[in-house]
Amino acid sequence: MPVTLNINGSVQSVNLPPDVPLLWALRDGLGMTGTKFGCGVAACGACTVMIDGEAVRSCQVALGDATGQITTIEGLGQPDNLAPIQAAWIKHQVAQCGYCQSGQIMQAAALLAANPAPSDQDIDDAMQGNLCRCGTYPRIRAAILEAADMMKAG
Amino acid sequence: MANWKKITRRSFMVLGAAVVGGAAFGVYKVTEVPPNPLIPTPGSVPLNPWVIINADGVTVIAPRAEMGQGISTTLAALVAEELDVDWAQVRVLHGPPAQAYFNAGFAERMSNEPDFKLASQPKSHNVVLEAVPKIFLLQITGGSTGAIGGYEQMRLAGASAREALKAAAAKRLGVTSDQLKTEGGRVIGARSFAYAELAEEAASLVPSDVQLRDPSIWRYIGKAMPRLDMAAKSTGTAQFGIDTWLPGMKFATVRMNPKRGGTMRSFDPKPALAVAGVERVIDLGTGIAVVANNTWSAMQGAALVAVDWGPADYPADTAAMLDTIAKAFADEPNSRLRDDGDVEVDLAKGDVIEAEYRIPFLAHAAMEPLNATAWLKPDGTLEVWCGNQAPIMTRDACAAAVGLGGDKVTLHTPMMGGGFGGRTDPVPAVLAARVAKEFVGTPVKLTYSREEDLAQDYYRPAAIARLTGRIEGGKATALWGRTAVPSAARNALGRLMGFAPPGPDRGSVEGGFDQPYGLPNYRYDGHLSDLTVPLGFWRSVGNSMNAFFLESFIDEMAHAAAADPLTFRLDLMRETHAPSAAVLQKVREMSGWDSLKRPGFGRGVAFCYSFGTPVAQVLEVEQTPDGIRMTRAWIACDPGLAMDPSIIEAQMTGAMVYGLSAAAQGAITFADQQVVESNFYDYEPLRLHQVPAFEVAILQNNGEFGHIGGVGEPGTPPAAPALANALFDLTGKRARDLPLRAAFDFVT
Ligand code: FES
Ligand code: FES
Repeated sequence: MPVTLNINGSVQSVNLPPDVPLLWALRDGLGMTGTKFGCGVAACGACTVMIDGEAVRSCQVALGDATGQITTIEGLGQPDNLAPIQAAWIKHQVAQCGYCQSGQIMQAAALLAANPAPSDQDIDDAMQGNLCRCGTYPRIRAAILEAADMMKAG
Repeated sequence: MANWKKITRRSFMVLGAAVVGGAAFGVYKVTEVPPNPLIPTPGSVPLNPWVIINADGVTVIAPRAEMGQGISTTLAALVAEELDVDWAQVRVLHGPPAQAYFNAGFAERMSNEPDFKLASQPKSHNVVLEAVPKIFLLQITGGSTGAIGGYEQMRLAGASAREALKAAAAKRLGVTSDQLKTEGGRVIGARSFAYAELAEEAASLVPSDVQLRDPSIWRYIGKAMPRLDMAAKSTGTAQFGIDTWLPGMKFATVRMNPKRGGTMRSFDPKPALAVAGVERVIDLGTGIAVVANNTWSAMQGAALVAVDWGPADYPADTAAMLDTIAKAFADEPNSRLRDDGDVEVDLAKGDVIEAEYRIPFLAHAAMEPLNATAWLKPDGTLEVWCGNQAPIMTRDACAAAVGLGGDKVTLHTPMMGGGFGGRTDPVPAVLAARVAKEFVGTPVKLTYSREEDLAQDYYRPAAIARLTGRIEGGKATALWGRTAVPSAARNALGRLMGFAPPGPDRGSVEGGFDQPYGLPNYRYDGHLSDLTVPLGFWRSVGNSMNAFFLESFIDEMAHAAAADPLTFRLDLMRETHAPSAAVLQKVREMSGWDSLKRPGFGRGVAFCYSFGTPVAQVLEVEQTPDGIRMTRAWIACDPGLAMDPSIIEAQMTGAMVYGLSAAAQGAITFADQQVVESNFYDYEPLRLHQVPAFEVAILQNNGEFGHIGGVGEPGTPPAAPALANALFDLTGKRARDLPLRAAFDFVT
C-alpha cells in the first residue's frame, strides 16, 4: 500500500513499508537526494527536514508517521530562487564538502522562523545537533546572523 | 557543476578534437615524456588539463577531486585567469580516469629532505622526481598537492586555448594574433568574436607562442573567488556519490568481517530475508551484501544476519597493540632522517628531561559514508559512480573484480562529502561492482552504514614516542625523538599496489625530523612496528602524530628552561628559517601573547611545517563551571603564493577543528579484534558550541615566488599540541596521551 506524503506543497506517494524512515523514503523512494544520510541514529543532523515548520531528524520519523507538511532543502529555495538563509550561506561561502549543509540550513531556517534575532547562545543551542566534519562552524554562525539581519531588513 | 555524462554524450572524448556543440583543447602529449611544447623546460612532465568551450561558456576539467577543499574552484580560476573569461561563464568538472591527470604535485612529497629546505630551491631540482607520479599512475588527490600540481598546467591550458582562439580569429580577419586581444570571453579586433564561434576551428590549431600572464595583472589568482560549487551545496542540488539515482535501481549495504582480514566461516541469511523489502543476501567471501528496495531495509537486514567470523592476525585489544608497537623501540631504527650535531655526547652531560607520549588509532569519519553505485550492462560494460581519490586505481580494481578489461569500465567521480584521506581505497567501488554482477542490467547503489564505515576504515595508526632533551643555561642543547609506529604507507601501498616501498619511511617521522628548529644536536628516529591493523592516510598523515610529540616536548623543554614557550621556539627558529619564525611572530601579535593573560584562561602555542606551509597556532582555553571551553584560536600560515585567501582561511580553520576534534575526544579502540566505536555518539567530532572563534593570517614570504604550499592539511598538525599546551598552561597538568578527554573535562 503506497504511503501518501505532503512534501514541499505537493502530494507524493511512496511505495515502501510504513516503518521505513522518512529519510529513506525521500532518498530512495522519491529520488529527492538533497536530504542526507550521516548516521541513522539522530547523532549528526544531516537528515534534518521540517515537519509543520519544526526541524526534525528524518532518519527517526517512520514514513507512516510523517503526516504533516514536510519541507525539505529542495522546497526551501533553488539556485535561481534562493531563500534568504541560502543567500547568506553563499555570501559567507560556508560549505566545504557541503554534505552536512542541507541539514545545517534546514536547522538554521527553523531556528530563524521561531527566533528571528538569535543570540550566540541561541545559535549554540539550536545548532549543536548538526555535525560538520569539515569544521565550517564559524561561517555557519556568521551566516545565521547575516540571514537574521537580511530578514529583519525585509 | 555540469554533468560529465552530457558532455561525453556529445561525443567528446578525443584529445584535441573538435566536438559537436563544444570544442576541447588538448595541446598536450599523453603517453610520452617529451619536453612540454609550450614551455620547453627539459624533463618537465606535460600534463593534460582540458578546456571545453561551448555556447554556455567555459568548462574546465579539473584533474583533482573536490572533497570540500575548494580545489575545483582554484584550478578553474587558474584557467580563467589566462583565458580571459568572466567568472560567471566558468564551470568545472572532475576529469575521468586518465593518465593525463597525473598529480605532478606529488613529486614535492617524495623527497626525504625537510620541506622547508625545498621551498627555496629552483624547480628544476625536482625534475627527476616529477616523473615518479606517472610511473605509479598517481591520479591521486592527496598530500595537499592539488594547487601545486595545477598551478602551471592549468594556466598553460588556459593560455594555449586563448592563443588558439586568437589564431582562429586572426585567420578570419587576415591579421596576425598579436593585433588581437581577448576580453570577457571574446576575441577583439576589427570585429569581435565570441569564443564559442571560434572554438571548433581553434581546437585544430596548435599555437606556437604561448606566454603566461605577468602576475602583476592577475585578476583571479590571489583573490577570494566565489566557489563554483557553493550554490549547489546550499540548495541540496550538489550531487554526491551517495546521491546517484537511476531508474529501477536497487539498494544495498554490506557487512564485512570486523576482524579485519579474517574469513567468514558461515552465515545465516534467513533473518535478513524476513525483513520487508529485502530481496537477496549475497556471499562476498569475507562478508555479505544485502540487497533491498531501499537502503534502510538493507541495513536492517544486514544487522540481523548471524555470521561466524574467522579471526584477524593482530592482537585482541588496544592495550596489546600498544605493547606490540612499543617493542619496535628495541629494533634498529628504520630511519634517522635528522642527525645534527651529536645528541649522544650532549645528552651524556646529564640532567636530561624525558617524556613518553601515546596516541590512538583514528578514523576518517567523513560526513558522507562510504558508498558506490555500479551497473553492469548486458553488453558487458560496467559503469561505476564512486567518490574517490584515485580514479585509475579504482577503475582497474573494479574491472578486475568482475573480470572485465579496464576499457570496459566507465568510472564517474562525483563530489565527495569529505575525504580526509579516507577515499583512497577502492573497496566500496569493488564491492558495488561485485554485487552488480549478480544483477546484470540493474544499477545497484551500495551504502555503508555509519557503523560499517567506522568498522571498515583504514585508520591513522596508533603510535608511541619517546623524547629526550637537555637544557643548559636556559637554552635547548639537544633533542632526540624516537617514534614507534606501524607504517601507514607500507600498509596502504602494500594493499593497494602489492608493493611496500623500501627504505626510510618518511611518513612515520614527518612532523618530527623535518622541523626548522636549529638545535645544535637534533636527531629523530623512526621505529617501524609490524602490527597488521589496516592503516591509511589520515589528514596530514605522519605530521598529525609527530607534531603532537615534538611540540608537546618543546613545550616541556621551554618550561624546564623557565622560558616563555613562544619565545623559546622563536629563538630556535629565527636563524634556521625566517618564514617559519615569521608565522610564530604573527600569532604572537594576533593573540596578544605578550599582554597579561586573563585570569581563568590558559594559552598554548604550537607550530608545524608540513606540505610546504609553516603554520603556527595559539589556542586559548577557559575553565568554566561546565568544563573547559576552547574560546579563541589564532592561526598564521605561509603557503607562499596564496591562490585564494577565502579558501585558505576555510581550510586552515577546518583543519584545526579536525585536529582539535581528534585531540580532545577522538579514539578508535579495539576489543576482541573489532573496533569498539560505532557511530557519532562514541566517535564524536566537535560540535558548533565547542569550537573556538578563529582569526587567520596568511603571509606570503615562504620560498621563491611561485612556491605554493599545501593548505588542506597543514592546519591539522599543530592543533593537538596547541590544545595540550594550553591545558598545561591552564591547569599545570601535562597530558601525554591522546585523547585529552581522559585527563580533562571539556564542555560537552
Ligand atoms: S542521519 Fe539522521 S541525524 Fe544523522
Ligand atoms: S561541509 Fe563537509 S561536513 Fe560540513
